[in-house]
Amino acid sequence: MSDSITAFGRAWALIAAADATLIEIILLTLRVSVSAVAVAAAAGLPLGGALALYRFPGRRAVVVALNALMGLPPVVVGLAVYLLLSRSGPLAPLGLLFTPAAMIIAQIVLVTPIVAALTQQVIEDLWEEYGEQLRSLGAGPGRAVFTLLRDARYSLLTAVLAGFGRAIAEVGAVLIVGGNIAHVTRVMTTAIALETSKGDLALALGLGLILIALSVSVNAMAYGIRDYARLRHG
Amino acid sequence: MALFRGAGGEAPPSTGLRTGCRGETRDSQVFPGGAAGDAQPLRPDSPLAQPAEGGDILPLLVRGVRYEARGVALVDGLSLDLRAGGRTVLLGPNGAGKSLTLRLCHGLLRPHAGEVRWLGPDAARARDFQAMAFQRPVLLRRTALANVTYALSLKGIARPARRKLALRALERTGLLALAHRQARVLSAGEQQRLALARAWALRPRVLFLDEPTANLDPAACRAVEAIIEAVDAAGSKILMTTHDLGQARRMADEVLFMHRGRLLEQTPAAEFFERPRSDEARSFLRGELLQ
Repeated sequence: MSDSITAFGRAWALIAAADATLIEIILLTLRVSVSAVAVAAAAGLPLGGALALYRFPGRRAVVVALNALMGLPPVVVGLAVYLLLSRSGPLAPLGLLFTPAAMIIAQIVLVTPIVAALTQQVIEDLWEEYGEQLRSLGAGPGRAVFTLLRDARYSLLTAVLAGFGRAIAEVGAVLIVGGNIAHVTRVMTTAIALETSKGDLALALGLGLILIALSVSVNAMAYGIRDYARLRHG
Repeated sequence: MALFRGAGGEAPPSTGLRTGCRGETRDSQVFPGGAAGDAQPLRPDSPLAQPAEGGDILPLLVRGVRYEARGVALVDGLSLDLRAGGRTVLLGPNGAGKSLTLRLCHGLLRPHAGEVRWLGPDAARARDFQAMAFQRPVLLRRTALANVTYALSLKGIARPARRKLALRALERTGLLALAHRQARVLSAGEQQRLALARAWALRPRVLFLDEPTANLDPAACRAVEAIIEAVDAAGSKILMTTHDLGQARRMADEVLFMHRGRLLEQTPAAEFFERPRSDEARSFLRGELLQ
C-alpha cells in the first residue's frame, strides 16, 4: 500500500519536474508506437477490407490464421525480428538492430494482424447492409472496399486504437530488438521492467501510472472524435 | 482468382405494416401544397428526362426461373416478359417472392434454373442501364449531393458532368435545398427520395423499386409516387413491388401477381382489377388472407 502511495508521489514529482529523461522516454514511446500503428493501419485496413469482400480458395484459412495472429506473443515476434536483423540474419546489412526502427518493425508485425482482423469483421458487417446497393450501382470489389472503409471510418478508429493499445503496452518485442538502451531505445514499458528488476518499485509504479494516463488520453481523444463525427454524419 | 462475393440467402422480409398512402386516387395532384415539404414540380422536359444514349436493353425475357435457399424453392417456374414503357407492378402478399423476382431480374441474384435474358440491341451492357432503389434506402455517410455523384462516378461519368447531373436530379426530386446535408441524418422520406434521385441521375432504361414506400408516412409516400411517375414520364421502364393494393391501383399499368413463389398472372392493370384471372388474385383483391 505504502508503495502505491509513494508511486503516486514519485509519478507526480517526475511530471512536475518535467524530468528530461522521462520526457525523452515518453516521446520515444509515442514515436515508436504511433509510427508502427500508422504503418499497420495503412496495410491492415485495406487488407482486412479485401479479405471481407474477395472470395478465393483458402480464404477461410487466411482468416483463421489472421485471427490467431492477433494473439501473437510479443517475445516471439521480437525474437523473429531479432533473427532477421541480427549480424547473421538476412537483413543484417541494414544495421537496424537495437535502434528505434527495429522496435517499429516489431510492433508493425504485432499490430497489423489486429487491425486487419478487426477491419475484416467491421467491413463484413457493413457489406450486409451496403452490398446489394453497391453491386446494383456497379461497384466492383476494389471500389467497394474503399467505399466501405470510408463509410466505416469511425468504427475502424476502434480497430486502430486496439492496435495502438497493444503496441504501447507490449514489452517483450521492443526489449529484445531494442535492447532498452538508455537515451536510445528505452521506452516506458522497458523502463518499468528495468526499475522493477532494480527494486525501485515506486518509480516503476509511477512510470506505470504515466503510461496508463497516456493510453487513456489517446483513447479518450479518439472516442471524442468518433462521437462528434457520428453525431454529424448519422 | 478473385470472386466478388455473391449475394445469397433470402431477401429481407417486407414489413407487415400497411402504411401506404391510401385514399389517394391515381390522377391526384403530384406534390399537393405543403404535403411534400420543399418539393418542386417535376418537369419531364429537362435534359435529365431523356434516357442516356443507347441503352436499348428491353424487352426482358424470364423463362422457367427457379431460386432456392437451403433446398427450398422460394421462386419457381417464373416466366414473364418485361416490355418498354409503362409501370409494371409486382403485387402479392408478403413472402410471395416479389423482392426475389426483382433481384433476379436486376441480376443481383443468379437463378438456380431457367434464364433471365435481355433481348435489346444493347443487351451486352444491360447492367449499365438499370438502377434499383431498395425498401430501406442505403445511403453513404456523405452529403446528399456526394451520394448522387458517387453513383455517377461508378458509371464512368466525368467529374464536371457528375455535379451538374446530380444537382439536376436533386432539383427534380425536391432535394436541392438539402444537397449539402449529410444523407444519413435526413428524414426517412427524404432518404428514399434521395435514393430515387440517385437512381434517376443514372438515367436508367429500367428502374427497379422494391417496396419504395413501405416505411413512409402518407405525405412522403405521395412524394415518392410522384417521383416514380415522373421517372416513368421521362421514359424509364418501371418495375416495382408492393403489397399495398391502393398503391398498385394508383401506380400500375400492368400487374404481375405473385403468390407463394409463383407468378399467377401478368395482366393489364385495368383488366386485373376488374376481372382477375386467378382465384388467389380475387381473394387478394377482396382483402382476404391468402392460404
